[in-house]
Amino acid sequence: MKKKLFLFTLIIIFFAKNSFALIEIDITRGNLNPLPIAVSPLHIDSKSSEVFNEMDIGSEISKVVEINLLRSGLFNPLEKDSFVQSPDIAHVKPRFEDWKLIKAQALITGKIKITSEKIRIEFRLWDVLAAKEIMALAFTTVPSNWRRIAHIISDKVYKRLTGEDGYFDSRIIYVSEEGPKTQRIKKLAIMDQDGANTKYLTLGNELVLTPRFSPTNQMVTYLSYFKNLPRVYLLDIETGVQEIVGDFPGMTFAPRFSPDGKKIIMSFAKNGNSDIFTMNLETREVEKITEHPSIDTSPSYSPDGKYITFNSDRSGVQQIYVMRNDGSDVKRITFGNGIYGTPVWSPRGDLIAFTKMYRGAFYIGVMRTDGSGERLLTENYYQEAPSWSPNGRVLIFYRETKSGSQGEGFSATLWSIDLTGYNERLIETITDASDPSWSSLLTK
Amino acid sequence: MNKSILLSVFFHISIIFVTALSLPHMLKKPIDLPPIISVELIQISDITNIPYAPKAKQILEKIKKEEKKDRIVSQQAPPKMVKKEKPDSIPLPEDAKKEKKKIQTKKQNPKKIETEVKQVSEFEKKELFDPDQIAALIDKSKIEKAETTRKSDKVTQSQEKNSLTSALTLSEEDALKAQIFGCWSIPLGLPYNENLLVRIKLKLKQDGTVIKSEILDHIRMNTPGQGFYKVLAESALRAIRLCQPLRVPTTGYDRWKDLQLNFDANEMLKG
Repeated sequence: MKKKLFLFTLIIIFFAKNSFALIEIDITRGNLNPLPIAVSPLHIDSKSSEVFNEMDIGSEISKVVEINLLRSGLFNPLEKDSFVQSPDIAHVKPRFEDWKLIKAQALITGKIKITSEKIRIEFRLWDVLAAKEIMALAFTTVPSNWRRIAHIISDKVYKRLTGEDGYFDSRIIYVSEEGPKTQRIKKLAIMDQDGANTKYLTLGNELVLTPRFSPTNQMVTYLSYFKNLPRVYLLDIETGVQEIVGDFPGMTFAPRFSPDGKKIIMSFAKNGNSDIFTMNLETREVEKITEHPSIDTSPSYSPDGKYITFNSDRSGVQQIYVMRNDGSDVKRITFGNGIYGTPVWSPRGDLIAFTKMYRGAFYIGVMRTDGSGERLLTENYYQEAPSWSPNGRVLIFYRETKSGSQGEGFSATLWSIDLTGYNERLIETITDASDPSWSSLLTK
Repeated sequence: MNKSILLSVFFHISIIFVTALSLPHMLKKPIDLPPIISVELIQISDITNIPYAPKAKQILEKIKKEEKKDRIVSQQAPPKMVKKEKPDSIPLPEDAKKEKKKIQTKKQNPKKIETEVKQVSEFEKKELFDPDQIAALIDKSKIEKAETTRKSDKVTQSQEKNSLTSALTLSEEDALKAQIFGCWSIPLGLPYNENLLVRIKLKLKQDGTVIKSEILDHIRMNTPGQGFYKVLAESALRAIRLCQPLRVPTTGYDRWKDLQLNFDANEMLKG
């Protein structure tokens, strides 16, 4: 017995000496470089391409996807000249070694087919390093809708590779401006988030300002001067029907929808005092939210609808405040130098975007909802009115600059900037543009 | 008469000569030569062995959790490069003495060094804090006592584990980490307030290429509401594939043929 025990102990000692515990290494850092991605042109057979009058629709779709991904700042679409494999074969079975060679980490391929006046667009997303398909989807629509499909593909790819919702299949409403500053014609205009498909919603007879999208449907609220009286209007984009919001005995302005789209919150001014009101769009019931002998304006709801942020000059200088949705528990959240205005709550709920004026310059910035962590993203001579992308990563705003080389005239342009503050991009519009508002995603 | 004069002159000259030679030398302070210390040059990789300090990690996590409770952080705040504090960056005066001791021990029994040379993190040091030690640092008479106390506290449970688990040297681990840092593109849209830790077990070839990779918490991949985990896990796997062959040591294959990489995106995304 003792012998066995001795032998057993010896065996244990022998094996223990030769076995090693698993080595663990903590990787807590990575790089933030844009992900190299190859967007192969979508393959279309010669028979189907006749529908598009020789237009290479496969390349066009891949171009839109590429631009979307590039503008997000998170992807680096690779040059098409370096692609070795033809689109049709790549879509069936990519030669991953070839794609690895050009440093692609992800690959998008696709195929287009036209059947009975409908277009069927199929796409696949490949993980080049893992050598496997990670997503495959197909869409059927009318041929004229191809840009929309390109945006949807961009959203799907963006979400699959970054982990957050995209914002490409969305629209922007803005005020289109033409003519000299004294006789400016302002029209409501709508376009895709990349600046394509511009349409005008008003004729320009009346002055329009501050259009805002409903977060739930395709309704827009805005301020319009009708018979020189500024009033808040509601417009259905699909039908073109518009109506006045509430029958207030004075000026109403700075409208915005509640997160559920059932209420409009706005400012109502009378005798030099302006307070914040809400109107229920179903019951038409009006509720006074603030009551203070100062100018309270630019209200914006938190995404859960429980809080409202607004700016007020009740402390002497215009600052940003947060209160409950019934007007109670008002707290000032900005205490920095300068004037703060146009607060907008992020769709994610964690940040408030704002415009700040300090020492003659205008800044677009973000801060936490308690006013801490203020970060100024961009500075310019004149810029304001930030609006969030549906995923809360990008802000759109407008900037006025001198248009001539001699400093004469001025032009208003739309710009976007992401939360890093480095990815600032001009959004091209046909005319001058101001007061942009970003819609929610068209397909969820 | 002449003889005595000559003798007197001779003795006077001798005295002047001796004085001229010895007096300047006497004015100078003697050179204070430090005691001779014998130094042996050794390869750092022979003795360095980064201890994995789970105790310190636990404390770090606890602090992080407390911080999380206190602040509302931006979900999209730009990720910040957090500079890691190196433990033991400030050497204590007694370190020098210890170092000397270690080298001497190595001469006699090199194998012992692996268990002797321990790097104690700042957090563990705090736990071992003893006011007597500070006093001892000031008062040389207490050195002996402080050393003894430290020694008795030295072998903690966690350290005992360290000596077994961490088999890569400081430079080996750093090289591997640096390589993977460069390959890992962190998906920026991940919700930073969730647990963003992906543990991947690797089986490696001798040249550092991966034979097999296994996600240890793969159940989370298909858990509802944890869709982001799949994105994160895939990004980690991409990093490993991109980095292949991994920068592993040229020797001791048995030590590192099985390796676990813990990818944690929280630190980067919280900023």
